[in-house]
Amino acid sequence: MNGSPPSPAEPSPHSPLRIGNGAGFWGDQIDAPVLLAQAGELDALTLEYLAELTLGILGHLRHRDPAAGFVTDFPPLLRRLVALDQAHPDRPPLRIVTNAGGLNPPSLARLSAQTLVESNRGDDLVAVVTGDDVRDHLTSWRADGLTLAHLETGQPMPEELLGRLAVANVYLGSQPIAQAWSQGAILILTGRVADASLTVGPARAHFGWRADDWDRLAGASAAGHLIECGAQATGGLWHAWDDPSLDLWNVGYPIAELTEDGSAVITKPPGSGGLVTPANLAEQLVYEIDDPSAYVTPDVIADFAATRLEIDPTGPDRVRVTGTRGAPAPTMLKLACVARDGWTSSGLLAYVGPRAAAKARHAGEIVRRRLQRANALPQGFLVEVLGDLDIQPGVLSHPPGFEPWEVVLRITARDPDRAKVERFTREIAPLVLTGPPGVAGYASGRPDVKPAFAYWPSLVPCNLVTPRLDLRPARDWLA
Amino acid sequence: MSPPRHTPPRVLRDLAHARSGDKGNRANVGVLAFDAEGYELLRAHLTPEALASFLKPLGIGEVRRYDLPHLHGFNFVIESGLSGGAGGSLRLDTQGKALAETVLNLPWPPPESARSHS
Repeated sequence: MNGSPPSPAEPSPHSPLRIGNGAGFWGDQIDAPVLLAQAGELDALTLEYLAELTLGILGHLRHRDPAAGFVTDFPPLLRRLVALDQAHPDRPPLRIVTNAGGLNPPSLARLSAQTLVESNRGDDLVAVVTGDDVRDHLTSWRADGLTLAHLETGQPMPEELLGRLAVANVYLGSQPIAQAWSQGAILILTGRVADASLTVGPARAHFGWRADDWDRLAGASAAGHLIECGAQATGGLWHAWDDPSLDLWNVGYPIAELTEDGSAVITKPPGSGGLVTPANLAEQLVYEIDDPSAYVTPDVIADFAATRLEIDPTGPDRVRVTGTRGAPAPTMLKLACVARDGWTSSGLLAYVGPRAAAKARHAGEIVRRRLQRANALPQGFLVEVLGDLDIQPGVLSHPPGFEPWEVVLRITARDPDRAKVERFTREIAPLVLTGPPGVAGYASGRPDVKPAFAYWPSLVPCNLVTPRLDLRPARDWLA
Repeated sequence: MSPPRHTPPRVLRDLAHARSGDKGNRANVGVLAFDAEGYELLRAHLTPEALASFLKPLGIGEVRRYDLPHLHGFNFVIESGLSGGAGGSLRLDTQGKALAETVLNLPWPPPESARSHS
């Protein structure tokens, strides 16, 4: 991190490619992509919405409505981004690459095309990447001898799980995105693709990298991985969160300036809050990864142990990302299956005063015994006392003599039988009349019952999976 | 501002910053030393066994450590660190987002490493 001075950039026949990421998950700030597009001078805006279980939730939505299954935050966002283009006729239109398509990219393409056509942009090319949804293939693959063994435990996929699968999606790579970029797509909508591939796709097309330019693909993958979680690269979660100059309320979202040699500079829009430093990016480089010397994507196996993060002295909040090495792409692709796994619900109540934590635990026990009496105790039943060190239970202790005078009781139930979970939701509010004193917070009513999911990651051979690209002018998506 | 650092260090927080997350039922914690000197201390004492011992109440499995000398840091991968993970766990922090903040309270030097190095 510190040490050798940054080396001068390799001369390049191409200009750098500026890619900003305006969403780190479905639920991130809705204004962030607009602010980033406004001030970022971007060649591409990426939006990453799909956490491991997000597709399970989308599967639930699609089950209720076959036209659903995409990220519903995206259509209103696109209208704002198109309006931004209209306000800046001097700039080229913003190009967007996003996995907002979720389980239904064509449905999102039709909605998005409508927005473009209404803005007299019916000629804009809209690309849809599919082929990641392999749920219909699993039965025949298993018949052909594929065990779909669990990536962590090695256990073969049980037959009964196959029957409960809500979704089964392979992580696709950057190739179809690159193809769409080369052909001039303004909007590239995908389902499940590797997060880093949203960045790698435009980069390999822009610079004309070969599919076996392993070091360059690895460098772009490092940049893509660094920005995929949005503001976590620019000051979110930083330990000096209360530094008065950090201004996290106005945190700028990250921009990767990619260069032809595969290196990148990570930065953020001028005037925004947050910070970009080697130390902060080092946290993000190892975020949610396994062996750093083998970060596996469909495009390349990247070696982050070789990656250097150094301050780029040409401006504030600029960090150079160099040295990442790449090994040939894997022969297997990751398959993420999500199965329906019963129902769940969580109820919250606050307890105050001396012995608040003891009161909350006693209240949890009251609920458990009432459910037992009704022969309706859910299979999963957990009492947590937030404020009494239950988030990682047993690891930490309060300082000697300290006792919290205000805690939150959280009771969570889970059961295959929805009726049992419904029954559970009716036992929270009665505590305000029938349990320990000093209780508050029942005004929000009974908690919601939500579907629960089981996650089953696995691997499938690349040659079983066929990514497909459908590229048409916006007006043709409406036809 | 961030809490004052003790000299000599009393907790891991005095030597390092950290970030945690999930992959399925595995948790990962990236631990980055503030400087080269701290990195050497961590390399010697923040063993997988030391972290496993600290987090034992969570019922975790194997802990693996990957060293990143260029970054003065480590990636720790914790098997079964999330009681079932985002899908399976009933806990509030099913995704291990708060785990790093807890790990930074590991007493320094870790009791486990003190035993193995004495």
